[in-house]
Parts: sequence; C-alpha cells; structure tokens
Amino acid sequence: MIRAEGVGLHYGDSDGGADGAAPEVLQGLSFNVPGGGWRWLLGPSGAGKSSLLRLLHVAARPTRGQLNLMGVDVGQARRRELPALRRRIGMVFQDFRLLSHLSVFDNVALPLRLAGRPEGQLRADVTEMLRWVGLTKVAAVRPSLLSGGEQQRAAIARAVIVRPLLLLADEPTGNLDDTQAERLMVLLQEMNRLGTTVIVATHNVALVDRHPGPALELSRGRLVRDG
Amino acid sequence: MLPLIVAAMTFLAALAIAGAQGAAELGRHWQQGAAATLTVQVPRPAAPPTAPAAAGETRRDRVVTLLRGTPGIATVRPLGDSELTDLLRPWLGSSAEQLALPLPAVVAVTVAGEGPDLAALAARLEAAAPGTMTESHGPWVRRLALLARSLLFCALAALGLVAAVAAAVIVVATRAALASRREVVETLHGLGATDLYIADRFARRASRAAALGGLAGMVLALPVVVALAALAAPFVNATLAETALPNLADLLATAWRLPPVLLWSLPALPILAAAIGYVAAQGAVRAWLRQLP
Repeated sequence: MIRAEGVGLHYGDSDGGADGAAPEVLQGLSFNVPGGGWRWLLGPSGAGKSSLLRLLHVAARPTRGQLNLMGVDVGQARRRELPALRRRIGMVFQDFRLLSHLSVFDNVALPLRLAGRPEGQLRADVTEMLRWVGLTKVAAVRPSLLSGGEQQRAAIARAVIVRPLLLLADEPTGNLDDTQAERLMVLLQEMNRLGTTVIVATHNVALVDRHPGPALELSRGRLVRDG
Repeated sequence: MLPLIVAAMTFLAALAIAGAQGAAELGRHWQQGAAATLTVQVPRPAAPPTAPAAAGETRRDRVVTLLRGTPGIATVRPLGDSELTDLLRPWLGSSAEQLALPLPAVVAVTVAGEGPDLAALAARLEAAAPGTMTESHGPWVRRLALLARSLLFCALAALGLVAAVAAAVIVVATRAALASRREVVETLHGLGATDLYIADRFARRASRAAALGGLAGMVLALPVVVALAALAAPFVNATLAETALPNLADLLATAWRLPPVLLWSLPALPILAAAIGYVAAQGAVRAWLRQLP
C-alpha cells in the first residue's frame, strides 16, 4: 500500500538555509504500511506530520527518495496520472475544507462527480453516507450553518464516499469536543475494519492512549518510531 | 467588468470588420471597374480620317471601327453629346452646353482579360486619326488597389489586435478569479479533479461573460456599421452617387442589404468572443494549475 524509501521533502528554495538550499522538512523517511493497516502519525508541532500527509495525499512530490502509493511511484509518475491516484485517497482536514458555495449533499457528492459517476446513480450512495454520519436532516444546508462537529462529519463523509483505499486525517479531532472526537474515532475505525488503510495525524496523546495502535512518530523531519 | 471590456472590444472589432469589408469592396470595385476601362479622345471627330477613307467616314468612325476590331476589347461606346456636356459641367458650370467649343469625341472602352497591347493600339489609332489620345487608368488603379489592400491589411491587423487584447484581459481576469478562489481550487485538485475539469469551470464562466459582452458590443456597433455602409454605398455603386445623404428609411433598408460578409461576421462576434473567452481562460487556469503537482 505505502512504501517509503529514503523520502525527503523541501519546499522550493525561497526560504533557503545557510548554504542557500532549502532545508528539508522531511529527511530520509523509510517505512511500509500494508493495505488495511492503521497508523497513528505522531510528533510535536513542526515535526513534519502535515508535510508527510501532503506527500501521502499527493499534494507534493518527494524531492528525494522513493514513495510508492498503491503501486504508483509518486516521484516519477506523469502529472496526468495523479488525479486518478488522488481519487483513491480520502483526506480529512483539520479545517474541513468544505466548499462553502455547495450544500452538504453536493460537498459529499463531489468526489463521485469528479470520478464521473452519473447523477442518477450517486443520489442513493450520498443519501446513505449522510445517514451513516447523521447529517440527513442538513443535506440541503450550506456548511457554514453547521456546527464544528457536523462540518467534520461532512468532511469525513466526503472523504470516504468513494470508498478510498487510503484514508488520511490531519488532526481530525482538533476542533471537536471529547464526545464528537470519540464518535469520529468510531467512524475511522469502522472504515479501517472495512479494509481501508487509515493514517491519523494527531498530537492528542490521550486519544492515542484510548485507541492504541501502531504509530509513525516524527521529530524534526525524521522518523523516530515505526510500530 | 469583463463583459463591459469585451463589449468595447467587440464594438471595435465590428468597426474593424466593416473597415476591412469596405476596403475590400472599394478595391474590388476599382479593380473591376476603372482598371478595365480606357478612354480614347478623338480631336476633330467629324473630319475625314487618314486615307484611304470610305465615303463619308469620319475620324471618329475610323477609331471606333478600329477599336471594335481589336482583340482584347470587350465594348466600345462613343459618348453622346449630353454625356460630354455632363462631363464638362463640373468645370464649366450650367452653361457648358451653350458654349461653342470644338470638343473631341470621347470613346469609352472596356477591355476583356489582359486587354490589348496599349502601346501598339495607341500607335494604330494615331496612324488612323492623328492626335487621338488613349488614356489608360491602369497605373492609378493599381495604386488605388494597393491602397485598398493596405487598408484591408490594417483593418485585419486591428481585428487581430482587438482579439489579442480581449484574450489578455480574460487571462488577467481569470488569474484574479483563481487568486480569490485558491483554496477551492486546491481542494478540488486534492479531491482528484483533473486540470480539464477545473479549467472548464472557470472557462465556462469566462465564456458566458465574454458572450454577453460580445452581444452587447455587436448590438451597439450595428447601427454604426449600417450608417457607414449607407454612406459608402455610392462609392461602390455609381448609380447612387447623385442621391442625397441617407435618411432613416435608407439606413433601415441598408441594414437588410449589408454585404454578406458583414451579415454573417457581425452575429459571429459574440460567438467568437465566447470562444476566445473559453480558450483564454482554459489556458490561464491550466498554466496556473501546473504549479500544483
């Protein structure tokens, strides 16, 4: 599913280091995550968790090493091959990133539309997904009118509507109270039980203690724990 | 704002097309009309020609006969007295017909194809009726035709420039729209939207705005073009030369008799504007998206 060998990442060279080259935010990461696996992604702020998630979400390409996602070498793949790869990856952002001009229903339906699903065939799936996350009554509402927990559930519904092979979550409980956070964890674990590989970035130690599992831990851009 | 700018561009494009059409029409008219004519003046037309002459044959008869027998000449028509008087009236006033001036005979000749060898023809006419002058309009017409072609080129260049400026405006507007919707675009990109999908969303909007502006510009330009066509009509149709300036009824009639090029190109302007808007916006968005992986 995920195979990283000596992966490094730096962002351009505008904020370069002392020698003029950009400092690497990720350095020499090597790890494997099998299909259907679960990983916590741990580390303090600035450790590189979000950067690694960007690589895994194909929002950036590794500047060093080799990253293979679902059989695709992300560093070498042609640009036009990447949208199809992204459609097999679900991403839950801390700030939700719901499209404000679309209703909840249309936000959740968006990945299916991008995948080319005919309108007549997506309504049932979206309705079922909204029922699963408890948002049926607000399907026609704009995201800005929802609570934080409801927006998070809408974002999760959008991330999993296409039954992704890989589900990434960046601090998904950061804007939720404990009850909502627990409910979210149940949803993520259910997806994992159904076969989706799940990687959850968090610095919420209590949450990890309540739901123990294998982890990748980063410190200053380096992998310090795998397992 | 974009529709307003495109409307102004479309208005200018319509004027450029009208100018191109006018220049082409005048050039064609000059080419087909004046370039294909000769004027032959025969002094002392009633005098007998160079011997041997038939009984009662005049110098004018000899010249006309000789012209009619010359290969490369389509028609030969001696002008009547009233036509000669009309020619003189601009210089001599209304009393031209009362003046007892010894006028030459004037023969209007139209040539066919390449026409005759003018030097050889002039020599033969001189031999038959000494003093006969042959005036070809060719050099002037070639100059006028060159001028017409230059005007046509300038009009087409202006048209191309207008299209380029319109495309540049749309690119700038699209970049501004991208900057204000960056997060939405990045979210769509992250969800697996292709460049084509994202660019199509922006391009459709730009295309609609450009079509709207194009339609407004075309509607605004139509009365101007019709008025110009009505004013230019006498220059390409000699029978209208003496008519008064066009009134409203003439303008309305002209609208239905616009040259075919204008009849299809003016309605095509909004479509062209929409196409330019779509292509320019697509290009701008795709170029912007290439900064993303």
